[in-house]
Amino acid sequence: MAGPFFALFALVGKCRVLKGFPGEVDMPGVSAHRRTLSSALAAVLLVGAPFVLRAQTDCLSCHADKTLQDAAGHSVGVDADKFHGSMHGSLSCTDCHTSIKEYPHPDTVTPVKCVACHADQAKAIGGSIHDGVSANPCTSCHGDAHAIFPKDDPRSAVYPLNIPRTCGTCHANEALAKKYGLQNVYATYMDSIHGYAVSKEGLLVAANCMSCHGSHNILSHKDAKSTTSRMNIPNTCGTCHGGVKDEYLNGVHGKALVSGNEKVPVCSDCHTAHAILQPTDSTFRMQSTPICGSCHKDQLATYRDTFHSQLGLLGGYVETARCWDCHGAHGILPASDPASPVNKANLIKTCGRCHADANASFVQYQPHANPHNRKLNPALYYVRTFMNLLLWCTLSFFTLHTLLWFIRAKKEQDQARLAAEAKHD
Amino acid sequence: MTEETGATPAGVPIEQPEKSGQEKYYVRFTLPQRYLHAVLFSSFLGLAATGLPMRFSDNWAAGHFAKAVGGFGAILFFHKFCAIILTLAFLFHLKDVATRAFIHKEKGMFWGPTSMVANWKDVQDIVGHIRWFLGLGPKPKFDRYAYWEKFDYWAVFWGMIVIGFSGYAMWFAPFFARFLPGWALNAVLVVHGEEALLAILFIFSIHFVNTHLRPGSFPMDMVIFSGKETEEEFKKKRTLEYERVAAEGKLKTREGDKPVYWWINFAKVVGFTAILIGLVLLVLTLIAYFGGA
Repeated sequence: MAGPFFALFALVGKCRVLKGFPGEVDMPGVSAHRRTLSSALAAVLLVGAPFVLRAQTDCLSCHADKTLQDAAGHSVGVDADKFHGSMHGSLSCTDCHTSIKEYPHPDTVTPVKCVACHADQAKAIGGSIHDGVSANPCTSCHGDAHAIFPKDDPRSAVYPLNIPRTCGTCHANEALAKKYGLQNVYATYMDSIHGYAVSKEGLLVAANCMSCHGSHNILSHKDAKSTTSRMNIPNTCGTCHGGVKDEYLNGVHGKALVSGNEKVPVCSDCHTAHAILQPTDSTFRMQSTPICGSCHKDQLATYRDTFHSQLGLLGGYVETARCWDCHGAHGILPASDPASPVNKANLIKTCGRCHADANASFVQYQPHANPHNRKLNPALYYVRTFMNLLLWCTLSFFTLHTLLWFIRAKKEQDQARLAAEAKHD
Repeated sequence: MTEETGATPAGVPIEQPEKSGQEKYYVRFTLPQRYLHAVLFSSFLGLAATGLPMRFSDNWAAGHFAKAVGGFGAILFFHKFCAIILTLAFLFHLKDVATRAFIHKEKGMFWGPTSMVANWKDVQDIVGHIRWFLGLGPKPKFDRYAYWEKFDYWAVFWGMIVIGFSGYAMWFAPFFARFLPGWALNAVLVVHGEEALLAILFIFSIHFVNTHLRPGSFPMDMVIFSGKETEEEFKKKRTLEYERVAAEGKLKTREGDKPVYWWINFAKVVGFTAILIGLVLLVLTLIAYFGGA
């Protein structure tokens, strides 16, 4: 450490700090140096020979100046304290900046290659949906290359509580979303139960982007290997919601999915992917019935005819039975299964959850009765037919009756008026 | 409502100076009967306005109305509130009829020219009236209650039993389930909705036109509000009754005071408001019914 020279170095070093690392970070060092050529020459003349850079302190003697800029105006200063405390703090600058071995710096500087150490991650990114999207893929997510911290350190850009914001740098950007045809999922996620847990409660175990999508190896949900492909969603959500996953896989939908039927609902069909709400939330209670109805059309239509539906549709009474209140949500079983809540043996208990006095006769009520179906609901069919007949006969007769009466009365009134006028004249 | 013999002029307690040549007024409805009609149509409008959004819950207007008044909770509360009022009015009427028939031993309650019960003359009147509509015969002369008025009465009577019973069966379903079969719980909603639809369509079109909007009564027959009608109206509309009362020499006992202006004006405001609400509901109902919503 040649102390006397440090002052001179401070005059010269105007090389751009590598902002991103692997791949193609360009280093317009040459032009930068040309600008400060005179001072550089002075240093060389004084020292007499190129100075070999060995330790961080050698570099930091210049680069610790946080205001240091290269010719293009890019900051080349390094926060020494932060860097020392960071994941890479024990490395020499030249471990990454391999082409800079001495001072003055070479005319061309090769970009930093994170892949040299992080080959697995680089490979994963290479096969992922983010491949080629960013010029600086590592720092895009991990942030300042000189301040990379372990992922369990709150200062890390990939600390669980920081991940939504990190991913949001791009995924909350409307221009980018438009360019790649993405939904702006950041806002919906932040308003969701997971987003709330992360941002408001600081819950480390709450699902952040990475929990479902992975990190370096993110694949499109259309890719069968993706953690968010239809077949894999139950497993992905099941990482945290293990009990629900077991229930789901034991139910009709889960069994069908495992057998290869991708049309059955998976977690995200009912709960959505990003805007996941608390299931007791009125919005969720209202939005999910049509989702079940998108396949179970007849059941939705007959449900719509009942008080349960009418109550909910008009708002303010969302507690009324929605599909899963009776059928169960995750482990839906056929009514014939003794474990199903809509099995005959369980109806008093199931209906009794809302109707405290439910009895054997009460539970004979059919929540999906169809008054138009004579075969299934004969009594209801005839009641409805009778009521309709009564309605139409009464109204038809009296409409005709009133119409004729009106015409005749009008005629008579007009005649009376004419007669009165004639008399008056 | 049945005949009230020896009715005293009731309602408007303002004495009018007797003047010769001034038009005579005769009492048709007593004050309690007029109150009953007012309670009946007020609660019916409330029930219709809150019941229709439930019947057509997926209709656009229903959703907006529900949102404006505070959602289903508010609607159902108001529906039940009106239902209780109407039930009480119905029970009061039954008590009134029973008291007059069995305690005061009033004559002609269940049979005869002043009774609400249909008789052979009503059949003749229907035929005769229709013949007159078509220009095939003279206009029939009517007694105290014409056949369409009797129909109005019994339609409401039957409607209240049917709609009321099915409504309470839904309200207290587990209790009613103790003696009703399971399918009946499904049926009561259908019955309630269809019968109510009939009532709404009937009242807001047929009753409105027959009683209030037809030439001769247009724009509103005030007798249900004032309780009294002019001698000319009495003679013209209820010829047989007038002739009978006159023949019995009892016309004097039926005379009443001329209704005062403020009361008539007040009644007009209330009555036209009711008719307006009814017509709006009628239009919305027809849109919802035929709009397939």
